[in-house]
Amino acid sequence: MSNPSPAVEIEDYKFGFHYPDASVFKTRKGLDEEVVRAISQHKNEPEWMTDFRLRSLVEFRKKPMPNWGGDLSDIDFDEIYYYAKPSENQSKSWDDVPESIKETFDRIGIPEAERKFLAGVGAQYDSEMVYHSIQKELSDQGVLFCDPETAVREHSDIVKKYFGTVIPYTDNKFAALNSAVWSGGSFVYIPPGVKVDIPLQAYFRINSENFGQFERTLIIADEGSFVHYVEGCTAPIYATDSLHSAVVEIIALKGARVRYSTVQNWSSDVYNLVTKRAVAYDNATVEWVDGNIGSKRTMKYPSIWLMGDGAHGEVLSIAFAGKGQEQDTGGKAVHAADNTSSVITSKSISKDGGIATYRGHIKVEEGVKNARSHVVCDALIIDPESETNTYPYMDILSDDVTIEHEAKVSRISEDQLFYLMSRGMSESEAAMMIVNGFLEPLVKQLPMEYAVELNRLIELEMEGSVG
Amino acid sequence: MKIQINDLHAEINGLPILKGVNLEMESGAVHALMGPNGSGKSTLSNVIFGHPAYDVTGGEILVDGENILEMGTDERAMLGLFLAFQYPVEIPGVTVGRFLKRAADLHAGEGETKTTGFVKRLREMMDYLEIDQQFINRYLNTGFSGGEKKRMEILQMLILKPTFAILDETDSGLDIDALKIVSKGVNKLRDEGFGALIITHYQRILNHIRPDHVHIMYQGRIVTSGGNELVDQLEAKGYDFIKQEFGIEEEHDVESVTSG
Repeated sequence: MSNPSPAVEIEDYKFGFHYPDASVFKTRKGLDEEVVRAISQHKNEPEWMTDFRLRSLVEFRKKPMPNWGGDLSDIDFDEIYYYAKPSENQSKSWDDVPESIKETFDRIGIPEAERKFLAGVGAQYDSEMVYHSIQKELSDQGVLFCDPETAVREHSDIVKKYFGTVIPYTDNKFAALNSAVWSGGSFVYIPPGVKVDIPLQAYFRINSENFGQFERTLIIADEGSFVHYVEGCTAPIYATDSLHSAVVEIIALKGARVRYSTVQNWSSDVYNLVTKRAVAYDNATVEWVDGNIGSKRTMKYPSIWLMGDGAHGEVLSIAFAGKGQEQDTGGKAVHAADNTSSVITSKSISKDGGIATYRGHIKVEEGVKNARSHVVCDALIIDPESETNTYPYMDILSDDVTIEHEAKVSRISEDQLFYLMSRGMSESEAAMMIVNGFLEPLVKQLPMEYAVELNRLIELEMEGSVG
Repeated sequence: MKIQINDLHAEINGLPILKGVNLEMESGAVHALMGPNGSGKSTLSNVIFGHPAYDVTGGEILVDGENILEMGTDERAMLGLFLAFQYPVEIPGVTVGRFLKRAADLHAGEGETKTTGFVKRLREMMDYLEIDQQFINRYLNTGFSGGEKKRMEILQMLILKPTFAILDETDSGLDIDALKIVSKGVNKLRDEGFGALIITHYQRILNHIRPDHVHIMYQGRIVTSGGNELVDQLEAKGYDFIKQEFGIEEEHDVESVTSG
């Protein structure tokens, strides 16, 4: 019998380049009260935010490391730079962005994407948003899209009302860390009834070595509004590890719909430990589309708290775990109101010894009537060295529920490869076609541009020496 | 194209199936390969295409004088060989249109096929084989009925236009209407430059595709070859006469491992 493992090889990571560290201000290595105060001072923050940061730092020190999920024992919190400011000012025009930073985003293709199909763009380099812009007709309608620092200064009433309410700083160790040292990210407010038809995008880039990026995103969709927010991320390849630990809070008010899409393509030395949570009120819908291709270890479980009658939540999770990678991903839905529904779909691929883990949690609160949940987990294993795990937790405290759970693990079969090869395809092309087919039902739900991007990234991961 | 199979031996999981197959075929002619279950017919087609589950333990397969046994399955396909599968494989998420366009591009060599021309030809061939156009957007073989899968194999053959095609029990499980359509597809390609090997248990497909040569396989060997009269003889007497005439009593029945 021959080895059923197809000969596929990972191509080099395309975004592993970096420019010399030209930060205009950087805190020293390590984390203490002085560092937190320095960050806050540098941002000219009001006292309430400084206090919030300091309380969070205390909480971060108290909280234990998670004893489940990926192995995080290699993270040395004393070896990380927590804040690096890349330029003096944030620009509204790419022409004003410092040259090496602009070149970086050109190479990633952000300005081009903005011209073609985005309503607004934010670009973060290390700790700060270096560029932020939004189409005039949206700002004329009252749509706010800026970095959270600006929001703290200029829209403090909205920020104070929602900041840290969905994910309190006491939630988990990494949410506490983010709350202490957060910098950059996005603040989005969509006024009642406004529908933003084309996506807003934020792009996150790490350039510095041994660096921690802690952006903070707060999205408020007011009654009956709609927004699609997209984020992408890359980093250079260094010999040492970096840390990305974001907090994303979404509030979908009555009848609003928010779609949040991520194409995560961090380099293979980034720990990606992100807390993402949304609350959905009456008849609101929140959809997380979460594509995890890169990073060393990712732990991320986008969650939706269904707080209002008729609220609906969806999580579409796509994970690719290659050599040395661990993708511990999934989703969580909490049904806290009647007639709520949730759908969690997870597709993972593991290859070259990679580990893909689905971890999900469905909770239905006591007394909730007519809750429906559907969970589907499909895992594809490319070779015998790779691994997949499924941990579906259910916590059902009501009788009036319909819960469905399907899980399937498949391998690329010898017969599938043989069939496609008998039509002239090389082994690696045949394997790629099967992988693309595995993801197709999910990918086709993405807007075309992101589907193309995601397919391209996965093809890069799968590409071998064809022919 | 000339295919010469010389003293071919092959096994699966250490169990010998082919025990010295000799067969010569050329494009321009249609050959039929008949034989009872477990005689090694499907193994032969899989070995010609290099299925990884089979080990060749002796002999050679020459295509125009070149031994293909060291070639990958894809390289063999690119020589102009085509295999219509007995059990076509489901490829979820890959549409018929996308798959066929890619396969057609590979076979077109240097210049890719123009999409408009390709779609036009695909639609024509689908009409010819009475396949609903909706199938262009369906996932390859996924959820297809047995008959739909077989027609899809013939559609692929018409699009890729091989020099030599092997049809592995394409007729099994087909009703008479589907059988006629499949036969129509094979006969469409039939000319000087095309050859085929029709593997079957039954006479009926051979009423629609008249073979130029008939070979009978039994217990891992070609035991006799001839013309159409062999088919009539089989039909009249059944496979028992083969067993009586060519069978080797002490050999074990290997049906369970080869039918499939």
